[in-house]
Amino acid sequence: MELGPYLLLATLEGAVTAAVLALTAVGLSLVFGVMRVVNIAHGEFFMLGAVIAWYVAQMMGGHPAIGFGAALIVAPLLVGAIAVAVDMTILKRIDYDPERTIVATIGVLYIIQQLTLMGYGPDARPVAAPFNTRLAIPWWELKDGSLQMYWPWGLSTTSYKLAVIVAAPLVLLGVWLMMARTRIGLLMRATQQDRDMALAFGIPVERVYALVFGIGAALAALAAVLIVPIQQAHYLMGTDPLLLSFIVVIIGGLGSLPGTVVAAILIGLSDGIISVFFSPTLAKILATLLVGLVLVFRPQGLFGTRGS
Amino acid sequence: MKIAVLHIGLLALLFALQFVLPAYHHGNLARIMVLASYAVGYNVLFGYTGLLSLGHALFFAAGMYGMALTIDHLGWSPAPALIAGLVAGLIVSAALGVLALRTAGVAFMIVTLMFAQAGYLTILYFAEWTHGDEGFVIQQAQRVLWGIDLSDPSNRYFAALALFSVSLLVCLWLVRRPFGRTLVAIRENEERTAMLGYDTFAHKLGAVVISGMISAAAGASYGLLFGYAGATFASVQYSIFPLLWVLLGGAGTVLGPFIGTLFMFYLIDLSSGITTAYMLIAGVVLVALTLFAPQGLAGEVRRRIWSWLP
Repeated sequence: MELGPYLLLATLEGAVTAAVLALTAVGLSLVFGVMRVVNIAHGEFFMLGAVIAWYVAQMMGGHPAIGFGAALIVAPLLVGAIAVAVDMTILKRIDYDPERTIVATIGVLYIIQQLTLMGYGPDARPVAAPFNTRLAIPWWELKDGSLQMYWPWGLSTTSYKLAVIVAAPLVLLGVWLMMARTRIGLLMRATQQDRDMALAFGIPVERVYALVFGIGAALAALAAVLIVPIQQAHYLMGTDPLLLSFIVVIIGGLGSLPGTVVAAILIGLSDGIISVFFSPTLAKILATLLVGLVLVFRPQGLFGTRGS
Repeated sequence: MKIAVLHIGLLALLFALQFVLPAYHHGNLARIMVLASYAVGYNVLFGYTGLLSLGHALFFAAGMYGMALTIDHLGWSPAPALIAGLVAGLIVSAALGVLALRTAGVAFMIVTLMFAQAGYLTILYFAEWTHGDEGFVIQQAQRVLWGIDLSDPSNRYFAALALFSVSLLVCLWLVRRPFGRTLVAIRENEERTAMLGYDTFAHKLGAVVISGMISAAAGASYGLLFGYAGATFASVQYSIFPLLWVLLGGAGTVLGPFIGTLFMFYLIDLSSGITTAYMLIAGVVLVALTLFAPQGLAGEVRRRIWSWLP
């Protein structure tokens, strides 16, 4: 294959990564923005979403679309509920102290991961996509002075991947509408800006926190349900999304939602393209170093302007 | 006086145990002492200076690979190889310290986590030399230090005890010196310490380097005593372990790291007989500690009974 079709393919794969990453990272960013805590267990909520999707799909049977559709609703709700429980039993009791929250969520990470290993087992299991038509993509080349269309071998995508690329922005739009246009969004923003003042005005800050933590986890679970027909559900699948979400949230500016989305697109696309041309390990080394150096020298993120 | 009796007493007890313990626990205790030295190093930074690092595996691995690579590729003998491991720990901790200490709090934790992860991936990337995930064995013939075969259980036990004694006594000496007192002052209130005229950055950097070098010494010894170096020791898990041990034993106490390592080692050892998901125990203990006993075991003892415990 020539370079052009190759790049197009890498971009399409990268767009799928970016779409899923944007959802996961916005969940992490929302939690950090409003609650000022870092949730290390975020990747495990992602993993739980995928595993629950597999269970739901198994139970429903019938056409793949039925199981997938049910998973799309059940998994985020269930994971959100688990996250709310974690918030109320653990985070609330340590008073959202930033450092102790990190230690506690590391503990939660191991608990969720290892319980999944005990219940679900060490196997990777697939979930069938609701629709999965193969779409070949044409390419043009200059031959004898005129453009000719042809179908390069291997240059194709599936209808499902395109649907993921479309679905993620819709969900993000929903999150933005919730934050900007609804009463609960207003309460969240008020809590974010000044917790004590919000409390003084009678906003139930603790309930807002629990809700935000639940929504953050639910977004990760939703992202996992979207990706599980492409990847498979496995108990260790939470590590990479966690790392990538960190990278995205930090580069986009801690707690800034638009910055997070921009960074997710940037990182998702470049991850797809870099991994095609270079070793994935090298790409990861560079990405982790970048995050460390950004935090050291530009703590407000590459796109942020506000000092933190 | 009480302090000297307690700590020397522990070391004497460990020395005596060598002659009575059955083989299995004898081997375990040697391992625990090396890992406890790692925890002692971690405690200097976390317990006394109040800096929570999530990247100490980088220092442990720097020591281990500094030692193992010079033996494997340059054919060095153990003594200079151990020094190479220490030098690697010095360089890595000084470099990380200079960078990471520009940040504080949560950012410090994430910066250390990221650099350690980059270090881990680097070891995987250069698998041609480091053998990546598989790791490599250090042959018995390469583990003879001054005519002492370190693969022999008794010798190994004494070497581990020597390492642990040095770490413990260095830590005890350090925290009773003005330098150590300043570290505690930084932990309690950094701004006030700076206002009193102390150079807090230099003290924190000193703490990172001392902590990193003790960790590197533990890593190098671990590789030498147990004859194996692998990328697992650089992974996130090995940054979490010392945090877990120190939290359990009691952050900011000299004996805490040993107590925590001892308890956690046997807890995991017992549970791994029942289930493969033994890290579950680590998770539950971490959550329980943050919720109910942030002081740890030795910390609770100090709070309730022996207020003089260093």
